[in-house]
Amino acid sequence: MDWAGTIVQGLLLGGFYALYGIGLSLIFGVMRLVNLAHGDLIVCAAYLSLVLIEVTGLPPLLTLAIVIPVMFGLGVLLQRGVLNRVLGSGPMPPLLITFGISIMIQNGLLLTFTADTQRLPAGSLETASVPIGGLATVGVLPLLNMAIAILAIIGLQQFMGRTDLGRAFRATSDDPTTAELMGIDSRQIYGLAMGASLALIAVAGILLGMRTTFGPSDGPARLIYAFEAVIIGGLGSLWGTFAGGLLLGVAQSIGAAINPGWFQLAGHILALLVLAIRPTGLFARTRDL
Amino acid sequence: MLVVDSIEVFYGEFQALFGVSIEVAEGETVAIIGANGAGKTTLLRTIAGVLRPRSGQVRYRGMRIDGRPAYAVTRLGVAMVPEGRKIFPSLSVRENLLIGRQSRRKGPWSLERVFDLFPVLRERADFPGIDLSGGQQQMLAIGRALMSNPDLILMDEISLGLAPVIVRELYETVQEITRAGTTVVIVEQDVTRSLQVADRVYCLLEGEVSLSGRPADVSREQISLAYFGV
Repeated sequence: MDWAGTIVQGLLLGGFYALYGIGLSLIFGVMRLVNLAHGDLIVCAAYLSLVLIEVTGLPPLLTLAIVIPVMFGLGVLLQRGVLNRVLGSGPMPPLLITFGISIMIQNGLLLTFTADTQRLPAGSLETASVPIGGLATVGVLPLLNMAIAILAIIGLQQFMGRTDLGRAFRATSDDPTTAELMGIDSRQIYGLAMGASLALIAVAGILLGMRTTFGPSDGPARLIYAFEAVIIGGLGSLWGTFAGGLLLGVAQSIGAAINPGWFQLAGHILALLVLAIRPTGLFARTRDL
Repeated sequence: MLVVDSIEVFYGEFQALFGVSIEVAEGETVAIIGANGAGKTTLLRTIAGVLRPRSGQVRYRGMRIDGRPAYAVTRLGVAMVPEGRKIFPSLSVRENLLIGRQSRRKGPWSLERVFDLFPVLRERADFPGIDLSGGQQQMLAIGRALMSNPDLILMDEISLGLAPVIVRELYETVQEITRAGTTVVIVEQDVTRSLQVADRVYCLLEGEVSLSGRPADVSREQISLAYFGV
């Protein structure tokens, strides 16, 4: 087996999971909300890009310029119009609502686009690759995704640490009641957090759609990968979630190299092992967010 | 400046305030005293917009503010030093102070001026706020409220759990703040301390105002009766 190649491919695959996970842990960190429609929204972003490509003829990467703001706006609307109304009434109502949204998205996509799997036509980018140190050849797309994931984390950290709005995010995450007493409108913060989360996963959704196929029912699997990235890395730490995503990708990649049927299984086993041995995650630090 | 007009406040079915009315004039320092559970904190939290009265009104500079969310009340110039200090644990001392800017109000208070008032906060500016001692955390909570450049500050039990020497220091600062023209409402269990700084005092007993007046005009016996009800 080509170990180096397998691990490199796993790391790059993990870059996608890292972005999924960062989106999930961002909103959990700020408002303790678990978004069960997270995976379906990732798929939704890919379909949005597909429609734009068909209508406008834009190349997939350029649709990011439209899909990112649209998903951001959708996140703000979803939070302010629906989820903000049930915050503070315990963990169950938001879970049920996002579960309902998940079902609505899946069936809406099924009705509109049928169950056929789709792929975003990336042209030469689909197969474009660069050799890395003679060890392996890696695709340009996953490299681009990895770069975006790293930039997203650095950007988020700078934003959280250096701007007034970022400090307001952290204060709200610490204690929303006291944050309101300081003049912070927590509902606005929650809206922006959901918008940022969906903008991040829009990137991952589109880049992955250029690399592999997607269908209306793929959302739940992506939600699970996002959860597993967060579980492995530990909540509250952006770099931890990033590392968790990479480890999940490597586990899947190694599993698939041993036996093609073990792709998902190997990832699940790693996540379960971390839960059993170190339930807070490998890199949990609560002060990051 | 502030008029609380016969408010009734409930926690679920439990009634905490029964037709409480108080008035605070511009530039005044008003103390609200009373035993544990008398409703002092409830009154402050209702003024600040955290709780909504079931009936009655809260008016600030002629505007009704009951029913407005807390952040909107803060942006009007009403700052709160909450009970238990409530320092943001993931923020440094400096960041805790900078949060005060969220009120988007202009005024004399800046990071430098708060550091001048509490030099120890400057020394520890980059430490996590939660790592400070109790007294320093209380200074941070007061500084954070000042950073929002309020016209009215509500202070909830700032002496709670602190050594007498620290409490004396804190109250000297309170007097500095009031001398600068800021209106202050202090909630305290420490009657002696609050009477020293207050222009007027209200005593709450089981959710009702049991006594009000100028500290010089009320006797110890009256206060004792209003405080304990016996």
